[in-house]
Amino acid sequence: MLYSLCFLLFMIGLYCVLVKKNMIKIVIGILLMEYAVNLFLVMLGWRKLAEEAVAPIAAGGDLLDKAGTVSQLFVSRAVDPLPQALVLTSIVIGLGSLALMVAICIRIYEKYGTFDITKIRRLKG
Amino acid sequence: MKGMTIIVKTIASWIKVLVFLFGIYIILFGHLTPGGGFAGGVILAGSYILLLLAFGKEYAEENLPISLASKLDCIAAFLFIALALCGFIYGAGFFFYNFIQQKFLVEYESAGELVSAGAIPLYNIFIGIKVAASLFLVTLVLSAFRLESQE
Amino acid sequence: MSIPLPLFIALPLASAFLLPLCGKKFKGFASLAATVVIAVLLVMSILSFGRFDVYIVGRWTIPLGINLVLDGLSALMLATISTVSFTAMLFSNRYMEQYTSKNKYLSLFLLMVTGMNGVVLSGDIFNLFVFLEIASIASYALVGFGCEHEELEAAFKYMTLGTVASMFVLFGVGVVYGNTGSLNMAVISRYVAENGINTGLAFALALFTTGFGLKAALVPFHAWLPDAHPSAPAPISAMLSGVLIKALGIYSLSRVIFNVLGISVQISWVLIALGVLSMVIGVFLAVGQWDFKRLLAYHSISQMGYVILGIGMAALILSNGGNPAWASLALLGGLFHLMNHAVFKSLLFLTSGSVEMSTGTRQLKELGGLAERLPVTRSTCTIASAAIAGVPPFNGFWSKLILVIAAVQAGLYGLAAVTVLVSIVTLISFLKVQRYVFLGELPENLKSTAEHRGLMACAMILLAILCVFMGALVIYEPFRVVVLDNAVNALSDGFAYAGKVLSAQILTGQ
Repeated sequence: MLYSLCFLLFMIGLYCVLVKKNMIKIVIGILLMEYAVNLFLVMLGWRKLAEEAVAPIAAGGDLLDKAGTVSQLFVSRAVDPLPQALVLTSIVIGLGSLALMVAICIRIYEKYGTFDITKIRRLKG
Repeated sequence: MKGMTIIVKTIASWIKVLVFLFGIYIILFGHLTPGGGFAGGVILAGSYILLLLAFGKEYAEENLPISLASKLDCIAAFLFIALALCGFIYGAGFFFYNFIQQKFLVEYESAGELVSAGAIPLYNIFIGIKVAASLFLVTLVLSAFRLESQE
Repeated sequence: MSIPLPLFIALPLASAFLLPLCGKKFKGFASLAATVVIAVLLVMSILSFGRFDVYIVGRWTIPLGINLVLDGLSALMLATISTVSFTAMLFSNRYMEQYTSKNKYLSLFLLMVTGMNGVVLSGDIFNLFVFLEIASIASYALVGFGCEHEELEAAFKYMTLGTVASMFVLFGVGVVYGNTGSLNMAVISRYVAENGINTGLAFALALFTTGFGLKAALVPFHAWLPDAHPSAPAPISAMLSGVLIKALGIYSLSRVIFNVLGISVQISWVLIALGVLSMVIGVFLAVGQWDFKRLLAYHSISQMGYVILGIGMAALILSNGGNPAWASLALLGGLFHLMNHAVFKSLLFLTSGSVEMSTGTRQLKELGGLAERLPVTRSTCTIASAAIAGVPPFNGFWSKLILVIAAVQAGLYGLAAVTVLVSIVTLISFLKVQRYVFLGELPENLKSTAEHRGLMACAMILLAILCVFMGALVIYEPFRVVVLDNAVNALSDGFAYAGKVLSAQILTGQ
């Protein structure tokens, strides 16, 4: 159920990209899609437990046993760390493409003097 | 752009060092706590962006010239790949092999300490420098666009 | 000694970061170094034919770490990418002197090559997404490299649709991970082979088809391509049309469908429909164009339709339990057409760049009578036009012939007829190009046009020679076994991919 809400957010972003005429709003729509996917990935790592789940950080505390290795308790309670790594990577990629997209938007504004994509139509055919 | 009021400037000059130090902390402890190269690099860039906002573009550029930043960007990325290649040479042909841990720190029981995890802190440092430099450049270049179009 | 696979990625990546350091003093050095790097990649990719290799990065074995896989299909894609990028690099040494900041251009070019090599080598589905984004972001920047009105507009359009496509792919990766608990292609493949495909994985397949279809510019998703490809500088158009849409779109789509999630009758009909729509609509849109490069871009859509049609027919035959030999024939036609299209379409884009550089325009109506002024361009362009239209001695003929034979053998007579019809329309539109660019009256203002010789002509002649002799890849048995049959088997093996990769990594992991 929660996953389908993520998909709804994704679709709202897609709607924004397809319908809005302002370039900045299109960029916002793309970001919305990206965050919907990131939210979905984080939720994949969520697990339902009788006791509370813990963050997957094995740094000190009672979660390490005496030999310094990770205890069985930690293994049974930590959430899945892989989706978090995926989200971090996809955030980095999103930052790169956002910077390029905003730079292109600013350049287009310098050339055409508008953000309205219906007025930016030199390419036809 | 002349920068903001004296209040903002004073506070910014106090805070910038703290932000910078916090970024270094996040990078150095990246293999132990949440954070790491990218997050720390963003914070490092944030300290320069603070300068950019409070004192104006010229002051920020004096602190970290564009040419230096782009050189740092390239060199850090290259060092990252070179370190991976070192793993290839020392690790019997395996790229990204954690050769420092396996060769030099094998006997050293150190999980949870600062000097541990072999090559991973080095990767974090290179990534941190790269992210800081490139994010600072991105902000500077985007703000330069706005200045040109205002004139 | 075999070549370690990460070098295909690390070599261009390291040089992409080193070249901007060269500065203005060593201007010639930077382009020389880039050319040398690409030439080394070309040699490495030719040496990698016929190998099957699994490389585990950082000595982490498969369920834990990232792996790189080199099989027949990857080798074929690597060789195509290296050939086209080598000629494009030779061409751009002279061509890019019209633009400023050549070092940045070289850096972006190498990043794009890195991304494409990574996509075709990756054995991990998220890693594939990361490399796909590297190649895409570099190509967005390269499309807008000229920073003029049209370039920026095309770059924004391309970037919007490209990023949406990437988000679809990432969503699909997430759904696959949620359903199978792994990101490794081999492990997912084994899971699907054992448990069958469920609703979640079918949803992921739909997301992948949309995402990779957008990247490959198949017809319902083609809106960005006719703007983006003509706006880029000519060598970059050659790279985008020649290899980028194939590596990012066709390769990823066929890898995911055949080896990871498995083929079914429904997905094969989707592929065939996409292929036929792209072929027919692309070619009829192309006939009416008067902009040289825009016409070529529409033909890219149409020719991609051939490739997808071949792959879809193979999937249909395999999933209906038909004769595997016919499926292999259809796949052979599709993949061979992919290679051929890379060669002749990049050659056509290079000739259009040469015409544009000499005359300053690419409107067909303003050109004419250039046959004597640009002899090398004219002859290479004629060869490439004949190849794309499927005139017998050239390479395009062989792949189209194989596709028609495969369609007839599979009993799909309608598809065979469409293939031949589209080929005829292609011939008509390229006769128009020949007529308006090279024949007819020479306009008064083009009397003093001169051709740029040297490396530019060298690159075009190299590709033209390939156009003439690539038919040998099918006719001459040893070549076909090494180059094409390995690639065909890699796809038609289906889920056997998982077993091969997992057993190979046990050998290398010791």
